[in-house]
Amino acid sequence: MTRDEIVLAIKDIIATIAPDEELGGLEMEVRLRDQIELDSMDFLDIVMELRKRYGVQVPEEDYMQLATLKGCVDYLGPKLESKALVLTALKG
Amino acid sequence: MRYDALILGAGMSGLAAGIRLAQAGKRVAVLERHYLWGGLNSFYKRAGRRFETGLHALTNFVPKGTPNVPLTRILRQLRISHDALRLAPQRHSKSALRLSSDETLVLEYSNDPARMRASVERLFPAETAGFERMVAALPGYSDATEADRTTSARARLAEFVREPRLVELLMIAPLFYGSPTERDMSWAEYGILFRSIHLEGMARPEGGIKALLDLLIERFEAEGGELRMRNGVAAILHTHGRVTGVRLDDGTELECERVLSSAGLVETEALCGTPRANEDDPRIGRLSFVEVCCVLDRTPLELGHDTTIVFYSDSERFLYERPETPVEPRAGVITCPSNYLTSAPDPEPFVRVTCPANHGFWTSLDETRYAAEKVRAVDAMLAAAESFSFPIRPHILFRDSFTPRTIERFTGHRGGAVYGSPLKRRDGQTDLAGLELIGTDQGLVGVVGALLSGISIANRSVLAPSGGLS
Repeated sequence: MTRDEIVLAIKDIIATIAPDEELGGLEMEVRLRDQIELDSMDFLDIVMELRKRYGVQVPEEDYMQLATLKGCVDYLGPKLESKALVLTALKG
Repeated sequence: MRYDALILGAGMSGLAAGIRLAQAGKRVAVLERHYLWGGLNSFYKRAGRRFETGLHALTNFVPKGTPNVPLTRILRQLRISHDALRLAPQRHSKSALRLSSDETLVLEYSNDPARMRASVERLFPAETAGFERMVAALPGYSDATEADRTTSARARLAEFVREPRLVELLMIAPLFYGSPTERDMSWAEYGILFRSIHLEGMARPEGGIKALLDLLIERFEAEGGELRMRNGVAAILHTHGRVTGVRLDDGTELECERVLSSAGLVETEALCGTPRANEDDPRIGRLSFVEVCCVLDRTPLELGHDTTIVFYSDSERFLYERPETPVEPRAGVITCPSNYLTSAPDPEPFVRVTCPANHGFWTSLDETRYAAEKVRAVDAMLAAAESFSFPIRPHILFRDSFTPRTIERFTGHRGGAVYGSPLKRRDGQTDLAGLELIGTDQGLVGVVGALLSGISIANRSVLAPSGGLS
């Protein structure tokens, strides 16, 4: 996956767990939870979906790395390098 | 073929936990003894008509998109859209306290909290400020202190409200809606119930409990979960303090890492091999009910009754307790599902009346006496309920009722205790590693509380670093 695809991968996961949120204008460097309604349980869901879709394990101590979209790309980049993008909510 | 998790009971908490675990990619099965799902909130057919149990109202009702409230969180976690639930809000409801044959105090409320405030003001103008201070001081969903958990709700209410009849009136709906203890509850529980009923509000999924259950089952199966009906669990198997699996009623053994049990506290202990608790064990809840559901020849609205739910007390002291008599018609709930603001009414209007009942009495009768006593109890209940609502009996096309005996048989809850044990395990922990409690005995009440219970324990299971589930 490229960096752009990783952004898309994260947005797709958020769209799956929070179908009512508008994700078009998400800023890369602003905390996700300041832009959309996400609580800690939702965060757990993002981590869960990463594991399910891409086999990526995110240990609890690294959750903070996923606070922004840029953080996600930086942290997940190496882990997702060889993986193919999976879209469920945003396809079509 | 080892399961990551086995869940006992296909009720609200079990299905919610199942959805969460299946979403996390776990191999999970929900085991249900009966041929119908839902547990305390279920449905059944009689004479070609569908009846429902449990759910009088879905509390915690908020409009779509309301942030930071239980309903929104739960729907998000289960990935069910607010629209899919098709929630029909209540018209309005009331708590009624009869002081004498010609004086009844009626507190009205709706999904707009201002209506309740206005009603308090009309009844007791001098108490309005105290009532508002009380509401402002209520503990929240997650910030209750240890003191809130051990203080009596009645005692705390009396600090804000000097009029004892208003205290009584303010206790009726929260007690009925979910107290496992008689007469009183903790201030922490009161905070949750008051918010759920009065500050958020009440609604009903169109199509009733069956529609909600269908949604849950559909989600569970879509995530790859396995629903095994007629799979009662006879024993939870364990060795060296750790769960290893379960044995089903038919002798089949299933292996698993983890068991989530909605069977109840003493019921789960018995499945683990602890000797069966005595009937008078203080951990067995004392609150059970007789309920009658009457199919009517016209809507309550046509009969002049526009209230969704009436919580009533036919005596100045609200008798929320196990009665000495078979049933206590002086305390009851009257629910009219057609008085939710629905665009898809049920095929026939019906009304449900529910009153506290004595479990021991109903389980001691032979079949003939049981049937006769049921008719007697229900007649007394309907007579009392009519004095708080509308003439029900002349308009009944068909009626069906159930008692604590029925509740115990279909839910497995000892004592037919609808709200479970007065002793709650909030963290769901048990003495066995890999065994956790969900549902009623985790201390959350109502449909939303039950869903939340399953979700929170499942989330912790998934998160637990040493949980063996990763």
